[in-house]
Amino acid sequence: MTTEAPPRPSTPQPSIDPRSWEPPRWRRYLPTPKFLTLGIVALIIAYLAIVPLYYLFWGTFFDQAGLTFSGFERAYGNDQIFSLVGNSLLFAVGAAAVSLVLGTSLAYLHVRTDVPFKALFFAASIIPLVIPGILYTIAWILLGSPDIGLINHYLEPIFGRAVIDVFSIWGMIWVEGLQLSPIVFLLMVASFRAMDPSLEESSLMSGATRWATFRKVTVPLSRPAIIAAILIMVVRSLESFEVPALLGLQNGIYVFTSRIYFVLRDYPPDLSAAGALAIGLLVIAIIGVVISNFAGRASKNYQTVTGKGFRPRPMELGKWRPVAGVMIIVYFLLTVIAPLLVLLYTSLLKFYAPPSKNTFSTMTLDNYRQLAHMADALTALKNSLILGLSSATLVMALMAVAAWIVVRSRIRGRKVLDGLAFLPLVVPGLVMGLALSFVYLRSPIPIYGTLFILLISYCTRYLPYGMRYAVTSMQQISNELEESALVNGASWWQTFRRVLLPLLMPGIVAGWIYILVVSFRELSSSILLYSPGNEVLSILIFEQFENGQFTVLSALGVVMVLTLVVLVTVAYKLGAKVGLKQD
Amino acid sequence: MLEVQNLVKTFDGERKKRRGSEEGSSGDPARVFAVNDISFKVEPGELFTLLGPSGCGKSTTLRSIAGLEKPDSGVVSVGGNVLFAAGPAIDKRVNVPANKRGLGMVFQSYAIWPHMTVFENVAFPLRVRPRSQRPGKKEITERVQRVLETMELLQYADRHATKLSGGQQQRLALARAIVIEPSMLLLDEPLSNLDAKLRESLRFELKRLQRELGITSIYVTHDQIEALSLSSHIAVLRDGEVVQMGKPRDIYENPQNKFVAEFIGTSNFIDGTVALQDGDEHVVETRDGRLRLESAAHVPTGTEVVVSIRPEAVMLTTERPVGTANVWEGNVTTRAFLGDAVDHVVSVGKRDIRARCLPHISHAPGTTVYMQMDPAKLALVPVD
Repeated sequence: MTTEAPPRPSTPQPSIDPRSWEPPRWRRYLPTPKFLTLGIVALIIAYLAIVPLYYLFWGTFFDQAGLTFSGFERAYGNDQIFSLVGNSLLFAVGAAAVSLVLGTSLAYLHVRTDVPFKALFFAASIIPLVIPGILYTIAWILLGSPDIGLINHYLEPIFGRAVIDVFSIWGMIWVEGLQLSPIVFLLMVASFRAMDPSLEESSLMSGATRWATFRKVTVPLSRPAIIAAILIMVVRSLESFEVPALLGLQNGIYVFTSRIYFVLRDYPPDLSAAGALAIGLLVIAIIGVVISNFAGRASKNYQTVTGKGFRPRPMELGKWRPVAGVMIIVYFLLTVIAPLLVLLYTSLLKFYAPPSKNTFSTMTLDNYRQLAHMADALTALKNSLILGLSSATLVMALMAVAAWIVVRSRIRGRKVLDGLAFLPLVVPGLVMGLALSFVYLRSPIPIYGTLFILLISYCTRYLPYGMRYAVTSMQQISNELEESALVNGASWWQTFRRVLLPLLMPGIVAGWIYILVVSFRELSSSILLYSPGNEVLSILIFEQFENGQFTVLSALGVVMVLTLVVLVTVAYKLGAKVGLKQD
Repeated sequence: MLEVQNLVKTFDGERKKRRGSEEGSSGDPARVFAVNDISFKVEPGELFTLLGPSGCGKSTTLRSIAGLEKPDSGVVSVGGNVLFAAGPAIDKRVNVPANKRGLGMVFQSYAIWPHMTVFENVAFPLRVRPRSQRPGKKEITERVQRVLETMELLQYADRHATKLSGGQQQRLALARAIVIEPSMLLLDEPLSNLDAKLRESLRFELKRLQRELGITSIYVTHDQIEALSLSSHIAVLRDGEVVQMGKPRDIYENPQNKFVAEFIGTSNFIDGTVALQDGDEHVVETRDGRLRLESAAHVPTGTEVVVSIRPEAVMLTTERPVGTANVWEGNVTTRAFLGDAVDHVVSVGKRDIRARCLPHISHAPGTTVYMQMDPAKLALVPVD
């Protein structure tokens, strides 16, 4: 390169020898590792997302005789249908309203005011993740059942009768709403944080009172976020299984999910009637998701994010500060302390009884000892661990590659892959369970009745979460980091493994933790897919609930919560090593 | 060394965007060219600069050479090896993937991998080579250390790359690019992320290194000072086409059109008609007087032209100079002290002319001055 430069020719001469680089002939016909990896990942995602739904529709509309609507007739062709739809909507809208009021006001207090006990908010928002829905519901039975509920036990002497009945539609709405409120809290905190406080300050300067400012400025500005939160909560309550099954079935209050479960529990199970109900639920859920997406898009015109950095100045509550403080404490007691305490208390009893001198003096660890000798419990714990760890690992591995396809590649149809990975989000767990049993009951491969079918279900259900985590962190990696690896001679696979994967790791670990935690609470699809001997923890708790073994169940619940706490802590510690942001 | 022929690249994404945003005005919904038929040659050891405003296609051209973009047609060859060839005139399509081209590249953001140490960043290109060409562990260490030493980064070898300062990161990016001793170095606005002072010192540093290593380099920038001070040759790009190619001094002193004159440095433009032409000698008749100038363009009498006058080619005096050509009288309207120079705006008739003087020459606004413009330093450019 240091040789004398030859004279510069005036016009470019074609001095080209096109044979200077070409791969060996035989290699051109072999798929490259890149092509193979991408292809396999795309195929797996497509398989997981499409096949169950296809079979669900096929199994509902076709029998030996061909096209049929008999399933629909059996499912909807009676006068219960009106109460079913009515109950479902009342339950969903009611729970959404409860969660919205609680979550939004807490979020506002947290972000915008000098409310006391701010540390409790974080605990209150993370704990529901660690207490699975089934335990939460059972804890509320122990608190609010008209016969054995502790709250009624203490209030009955005053009012002369059982004051609250958790086995009513209002009880269901209360428990579901309380359980969803932390999600609303987190959504609204994000929205309030993004809002420029000077918008409110200028309202105050114009002479509006705080309450008028809240009503006329704050609420309208956060309307898009509120609408989105309502829709998400409605859809989630519609899909909820634990509360309707445990609280509603007692007094014959049916919603879609509990009805599907009820139809399938009969012998022989009426698969096509259940399918018809599932399709009805699916359609309502899809409508909700579509509207919420639409609302989300419309809200872009309404953006309150100015991009300018500002530190929201907390509003002083003045004389209302103690009132707000008491509200926070009550909320924290109701959502976190009471359910946990009642489980712990029950787990230490021989026979369930309201607290008294007698019960406290006879407290024992017998239930825990019994658990240690219970083969079922150990198997269930093992199964839950195996399923959680493997579904989290599989989903995140798939999604790391899928995120590359969606974010980085220019492959045609990458948007389709994105859509496919999100499809399971609109499928309620119970519907997914039903759809998968349609698939694998017919499958010649003996998957039904093994742990493997649960793994397939979990992987499918958590594709959307995995995708979100992987895509978000892929978008944060500058394109040039990848290109510079390519220019420096790394192949696609080397680039992926040595540059992208390490940089994606924080996001992947975060997604992995999330999937691990939610897989432990999974009940609604497992309940249709498990077989005796393959129970997971949540199933075992459900079985014991049906047998009325409250004390052993509570012990199991305490163990489960502790396991989750340990898992989350360890995972966060590991995550800190790979640079996971903790906030 | 590098030969680029008839490179063409269109963006379909751009095309759609335009259609969407300019509904109704669909005069030409055809292709949007990022790069439109660019050809150039670079000799071994040269530092060749692609210069132009943002969106002119300079980065796309560089990325096409690197193999990060796939052009629609054209030929790219380095040292006689064809790296890319496609188009109607080509019977055999070639597209060597970026990781097989063996070029070094410095990115605008430096693209330093944050999860590796300084050493690991530089060792990466050696470590990812196919097994048959991969040097041994010991050799990798030696080569990396040698490069780090050249770049004065050896003491930071075990540090995490993100802990380096801006200038150090820039040197690290360069170290990583040259560790494999590439046949060519591609630099994509490598100095644009630094503050003004650092940029200046690194400019000289870069020039020194490039000369010492004798490595052929392609440099992309929108900064004319960088281009003028670093390059052996410059290609000025606009809307995906080369508007002028040549040595820095040629381009500065003889801009071939208004765009180049304006983009490279600042210029006063005075329009007029050629009144007389004799060999290199031209006399241009303008609204405010005659200008004599020398140009190899040999523009015939009667042609409308624009005369480009660099501000530093205008000398100001308070007394009328005698015996020299191109003396105009005017009034100082504005004066700005720049430290190493003083800028004056002088009004002549309805026209404002900028003059840049040495710091000791300073005329208060309102002063009547005489402008003297050296015929050798005026350039003729065609009317747009």
